[in-house]
Amino acid sequence: AGEKKAGEKKAGEKKPAQKNTGEKKPGDKKPVEKKASQKKVKEKKPKKYHASRNPVLARGIGRYSRSAMYARKALYKRKYTAPETKIEKKKKEKPRATIVKPVGGDKNGGTRVVKLRKMPRYYPTEDVPRKLLSHGKKPFCKHKRRLRASITPGTVLILLTGRHRGKRVVFLKQLGTGLLLVTGPLAINRVPLRRAHQKFVIATSTKVDISGVKIPKHLTDSYFKKKRLRKPKHQEGEIFDTEKEKYEVTEQRKTDQKAVDSQILARIKKVPQLRGYLRSTFSLSNGVYPHKLVF
Amino acid sequence: VFKRFVEIGRVAFISFGRHAGKLVTIVDVIDQNRALVDGPCTGVRRQAMPFKCMQLTDFVIKFPHSARHKCVRRAWEKENINEKWAATRWAKKIEAREKKAKMTDFDRYKVMKAKKMRNRIIKHEIKKLQKKTTKKAKKTEKKQK
Repeated sequence: AGEKKAGEKKAGEKKPAQKNTGEKKPGDKKPVEKKASQKKVKEKKPKKYHASRNPVLARGIGRYSRSAMYARKALYKRKYTAPETKIEKKKKEKPRATIVKPVGGDKNGGTRVVKLRKMPRYYPTEDVPRKLLSHGKKPFCKHKRRLRASITPGTVLILLTGRHRGKRVVFLKQLGTGLLLVTGPLAINRVPLRRAHQKFVIATSTKVDISGVKIPKHLTDSYFKKKRLRKPKHQEGEIFDTEKEKYEVTEQRKTDQKAVDSQILARIKKVPQLRGYLRSTFSLSNGVYPHKLVF
Repeated sequence: VFKRFVEIGRVAFISFGRHAGKLVTIVDVIDQNRALVDGPCTGVRRQAMPFKCMQLTDFVIKFPHSARHKCVRRAWEKENINEKWAATRWAKKIEAREKKAKMTDFDRYKVMKAKKMRNRIIKHEIKKLQKKTTKKAKKTEKKQK
């Protein structure tokens, strides 16, 4: 295609050259510019694609095979790779294969070189048959998390289960597992930063404006997950003593609580009577039917 | 014994059906159970309506029987029925009921607090009056002795 273009250019150049010999001198400048502009225009033209190199014999059947087409399209010349990004360049560091570990005892060198990925210690005599692929069965971490439309950041929720049942609480965000991050605030109704389940919550139509509030990024599910000790070195008896019976508030929880609550309390104080509302609890009495209530 | 009668021009309140909650006037009586009814300013087209779903109000408008829609509308607007209706206790009760049903949880809390405060003020005044009367009673007792 390149050769063709050059040929065309030459032909094109010849014609205006022949024509312009008859023109006046000030006209001579123009053809030079025209040529230059013509060249530029031709270079910038959108690339014309070749028609199909595989003539059709019948619908869906071409004249040439896959390998013949590979040669005809000159794909052996046209191999493209995506440009390597900076991250990929950085990632080219090979992972460590061995690690040096210290070893106790004396007169044995003090360190050993240990493989990080060891060979399997057992090969089964029969290979496990390959399981058929199942469709649409995802692990919990890949499930789709939904959130009710009535629950938006800043909504006042009524907790229905747990030790804080009946308490009205401010919704902050939905965490990765789908649970809702919620806070009392602590100073108002003794509900700390906590997780709540969407199904066991009533969403009221009252909303607090939480637009500018910054929630620390380390508040994830793993932060709130219950910790269990897994080191029963005493195998008989004393198993129950080692597990924590009482939950103790860590300093980090206190600082996080303060950081979030200070921002929210300021916004709650702006709305009249909202503080008292959050302090009160929800209850049913005679003649009050939840299906008839507008929350 | 009966104060509100079915007559031409009687304004009625529709209690159930498609036009529940709207006002209409009785334009003509069709037979024992139905009336020709029209609600020009309340969005009810001229139609037959059974008496059962109508509740008579105190208002009567003046127009000849089977008057056309335009005349009924003129008469209705002259009497200003819509405003008069909104001023009646009946309409106010309906509105209050609707508002109560729409109350959100936060509104219910505010109402509870307002009621509490109101009752406290009332009780305070009652107690003051009670104290006065007991004081007076004691004084008169002493005097008698």
